[in-house]
Amino acid sequence: MPTITMNVNGAPVSVEVENRTVLSSALREGLGMTGTHIGCDTSQCGACVVHVNGKAVKSCTIFALEADGADVETIEGQAHADGSLNVLQQAFQDHHGLQCGFCTPGMIMSAAALLKENPKPTEAEIRDYLEGNICRCTGYQGIVDAIMAASGQSTAIAAE
Amino acid sequence: MAADGGMGHATKRREDVRFLTGRGKYTDDYTPAKTSYCAFARSTVANGKINSIDTTAAAEMPGVVAVFKGEDFAEVGGNPAGWAIVSRDGTPMQEPKRPVLAHGKVRHVGDAYAAVIAETLEQAMDAVEAIDADIDELDAVIDMAGALANDNTLVHDEIGTNMCFDWGWIEDNRAATEEAIKNAPHVTTLKLVNNRLVPNALEPRCSIGEYDPGTGDYRLTTTSQNPHLTRLLISAFVLGIAENKLTVHSPDMGGGFGSKIYHYGEEALVLAAAKKLNRPVKWTSTRTEAFLSDAHGRDHVTKIELACEKDGTFIAFRTETMANVGAYLSNFSTVTPTFLHGTLMAGNYTVPNVYVNVKTVFTNTAPVDAYRGAGRPEATFSLERVIDKAARELGINPVEIRRKNFVKPDQFPYASAAGLEYDSGNYDALMDGLEMRADLAGFEARCTTSAKNGKLRGLGINSYIEACGIAPSNLVGVLGSRIGLYDAATVRVNATGNISVMVGAHSHGQGHETAFPQVVADMLGIDPMSVEIVHGDTSKIPFGMGTYGSRSLAVCGSAVFRATEKIIKKATLIAAHMVEAKPEDVNFTDGEFAVKGTNKKVSFGDVALKAYIPHDFPIEAIEPGLEETAFYDPANFTYPAGAYACEVEVDPDTGKVEICSMVAMDDFGNVVNPLIVTGQVQGGLAQGIGQALLEHGVYDENGQLLSGSLMDYAMPRADDLPNLVVDHSNATACTHNPIGVKGCGEAGAIGSPPTVVNAVIDALQRGGHDVEHIDMPVSPGRVWAAMNG
Repeated sequence: MPTITMNVNGAPVSVEVENRTVLSSALREGLGMTGTHIGCDTSQCGACVVHVNGKAVKSCTIFALEADGADVETIEGQAHADGSLNVLQQAFQDHHGLQCGFCTPGMIMSAAALLKENPKPTEAEIRDYLEGNICRCTGYQGIVDAIMAASGQSTAIAAE
Repeated sequence: MAADGGMGHATKRREDVRFLTGRGKYTDDYTPAKTSYCAFARSTVANGKINSIDTTAAAEMPGVVAVFKGEDFAEVGGNPAGWAIVSRDGTPMQEPKRPVLAHGKVRHVGDAYAAVIAETLEQAMDAVEAIDADIDELDAVIDMAGALANDNTLVHDEIGTNMCFDWGWIEDNRAATEEAIKNAPHVTTLKLVNNRLVPNALEPRCSIGEYDPGTGDYRLTTTSQNPHLTRLLISAFVLGIAENKLTVHSPDMGGGFGSKIYHYGEEALVLAAAKKLNRPVKWTSTRTEAFLSDAHGRDHVTKIELACEKDGTFIAFRTETMANVGAYLSNFSTVTPTFLHGTLMAGNYTVPNVYVNVKTVFTNTAPVDAYRGAGRPEATFSLERVIDKAARELGINPVEIRRKNFVKPDQFPYASAAGLEYDSGNYDALMDGLEMRADLAGFEARCTTSAKNGKLRGLGINSYIEACGIAPSNLVGVLGSRIGLYDAATVRVNATGNISVMVGAHSHGQGHETAFPQVVADMLGIDPMSVEIVHGDTSKIPFGMGTYGSRSLAVCGSAVFRATEKIIKKATLIAAHMVEAKPEDVNFTDGEFAVKGTNKKVSFGDVALKAYIPHDFPIEAIEPGLEETAFYDPANFTYPAGAYACEVEVDPDTGKVEICSMVAMDDFGNVVNPLIVTGQVQGGLAQGIGQALLEHGVYDENGQLLSGSLMDYAMPRADDLPNLVVDHSNATACTHNPIGVKGCGEAGAIGSPPTVVNAVIDALQRGGHDVEHIDMPVSPGRVWAAMNG
C-alpha cells in the first residue's frame, strides 16, 4: 500500500492507504483522529469537513492520495494551544450551537472557512453557506446565532 | 432559583467542550485490538423467496474470516414487540417472528439475509458482492389499503393476513360517538396522510461485539437510547446470553430521535460472531443502510370527523386510521399508533365524545416505529387540521374556535374523553402569550405587504397537548406493555465530597450531563461542577429504561431527586452524630447541617468524609458510606401543551412555500435549564417543518425506496428554516413529580406540522383558491397542483 505524508494540524504525519481510501477514512482509521465524522455515503451531510491547503473540503470526497503533501486542518487542531476554545468554538457553546455533537466538527470547520472568506456574513449568507452541512438536532438556530456572535455581530434571537 | 448553576439557570453545556474539540467518543470511534469488520448482504427486492444463498465464493475472498446466513440463527429467538395490543374483537395481535437474519423469505428492501466478517471493512464489503443469492422476487404489498384488501400477497404467510390488529379506543365510546355524530348540527370530515419519515440521526447506527473466553463475558458497544433494555431483549429473547454476562455500552451518540430505541438484528449478530470468532466484530451502518433498515416514523392514512354545534362547540371526534408497521414489528411499533396516539385524540378540549379506530398493517417496507413525537404528532395533526377546516366552514376565527373548547384552568385535573387525566395546564394563557409574541394583531398588515410583493400570505394556528414521561407501570401493564416504565438513579457521594450520579437515562444531545447536576447541586447547595453524570454503560448504571418520549428529566430526573433526598436524610443522621445532636434538630440548608438554636454546624463535605471514615460510628444505627439508589415510577404522564403560530408566503407562480415566522409558546412546567429547553424545541420545530414541507419516505409500487439517500430525501437545511421563536414562560408545574417538569424534547415536532399546513391552506384560501387540504410534505408541486386544480 502506498504511504502518504501530510501536515495535519501543523504536525507531519505519514499513513499507509489503499488507492481507494478517502481522506476521511485515512484520518479516522489510519491516524486515529476520530474527531472528523462520517454521516453519509453521498457527500451530503458535511460532518467530515476539514481544511485542505486552507480550503474547506468534505474529506469523504477526496482520496487520501490526493492529500499527499497537503496541509490539513481538522477539528482536533482548532482550540488554542492551552486547550481553551477558540472564538468560534466558544460561540457555539455560548449559543447552544450543538446538541449531539456529531455534525459539530464539520460545522465548525465550515463556519471557520466562511468567516475567513467573509468576516461579517449576514444571517442569510450564513444559512446559504451551510447548505452542505446537515444538523438534525438544533434547527440551525444556535449555529446561526453562534456564527453571528463569533463574527462580532448581534444574534438574531438571543437564547432564552 | 438557586445559586448560579442551580435549577432554572441557563448553564452552558459542559459536554460541549469535548464535542467542540473533536474529543467526543462515539461508537464508531472505538476500535478494540484485533477488530474484524462486518458487512451485510441486504435484499434488493421487497418480497422474495430465498431459494439458496451460496457463500462459497465470498468465503474465499481475501481477508474473509466468516460468513453467516439466516439459517445460522434459526435456532435462536426473535426480536419481540414490547407491547401487546388486543383487537376490538378480543383477539391478540399478530406477532410474526423477527429473526436476526432473514431466513426463508426477505420481506423488505434492505432486509439483511447474510453477513460477512473480514479483516477490513473494504474486504467485507467486497465479499458481500460475491455472495450468490438465489431469491425469487414475489409480488409485494406496499400501500396499506392494498395490503388489507389482498389476502393472496402476504408479508408473513404463516399468519394469513396483513393486518396486525384492529384496535378501538375507547371501544365502549364507539356507539355514543357514532350517535353524537349522527345527531350533530355540523360535521366536518377530513382525509389526510401523515407522511412516512426517515429519522436520519446524523450518526448512523454502529455496533461492536466482544467476547472474553476467559470469563465468558460479552460486551456490546452500540448506538442505543436505552442500553439496559437492549441488554434485556438480547438476553431474555434473542440470544439467551445471561444478563449478568453481557455489558451493553452506549457511549456518545449522534442523535436518536427514536430510531435508536430499538434492538436491531445487527447487534445480535456482532455479539454472536464475536464469540464464534473469538475477536471483536464491528459493524457501522452506511447512510444507505440507515435509510433501508432503521425504523421509520409516522405513515398513517386517516379519516377524521369533528361533530360540533353551529357555534363551534365540539361534540365528538371520530378517527379511522391505518397505520403502517412495515415488514416486522419493531419493539414499540404497536404502542405508537395506539396508546400514544388514540389517547391524545381529545386534544386540549372539553369534547365529550372521542372514538379512535386503528388498523395496523404489515407491508413490504422497512419497519415503522416511534419517531420524535411518536403518535402524538399524528394525533395533533389530525385534530388541528380538522378543527381548522371546521372553523372555516363555520366562519369562526381559528383562535376563537380553540379557545371556545379549551379545558379551562379551573378544570384541572381534567379527565379527557380519550382516557387521560391532565394534571395541569392553562391553554388560554398560552394562546394569550402567542397572540402577543407572534403579533397576531399585525397579521393583516403583513398580508397586505406580501400581496404587494405578489405573494399569498397565510397564518396557521395550532394548539397541542402531548403525553410525556411514560408512564405509570401499573397503568401501562394493564394496557399491554411488557416492560415497566420507571427509571432509576444512584447518587454516590464520594469520600472527598464530589458526586457521581449513575442514571438510566441516556444523553445523546439532551444535555443531561449539564442539567441533571443542576438538580442535585440545587438540592445539596453545592457547585454543580462537583457532580458528574454517568450514563450509557449497564455495568455502571442501575436498571433504568432510557431516553425517549421526553421522559429523561420527568422520570429519571425524579429518580435523581428521590435518591438525593435519601442522601440528605442519611447525611443528616451522620451530621447529627458528628455534632452530638438529635437528627430532628438538624437542618440542612445551603450545603451545611446546622443544629437549631445553636451555632453548631458541619459542612456537607465533612459529612461525606465521615461517611467513609466511620471510626466512631454507632454502627447499629448508621451504615458507613453515602450512596443511595431510587427507582421512580411516575404517577401519571406529564402533559406539556402549547400554542403555535406560523406565517407563510406562497409564491402563486411556483407553489413554493416560505416560512416567514414560527412562534412556539410552550408549557413545560418547571424548567431546569432554559438554554437546553430552547434548543430542544428549536430542533423539534425543524423536524416538524421538515415533515410539513420537505421530508417524505417514498416507496414505489415495487417497494423500492425512492427517497433512499440524502440526495433524494429532503432533510431541512439551514436555509430552509426561519428564525425559530421559542417561549416557555407560560408554565404550570407538573403536579405529580418532585421537580414539577413536563418534558420538552418532542413538542416542536408535534406542534409544528399542522401549524405550517394550516398556514399554507389559509394563504391559498385568502388568495381565492378553494383548497381544503394538501398532504404533507406540502411541496411546491403539490401546492401548485392544488392551486391550479
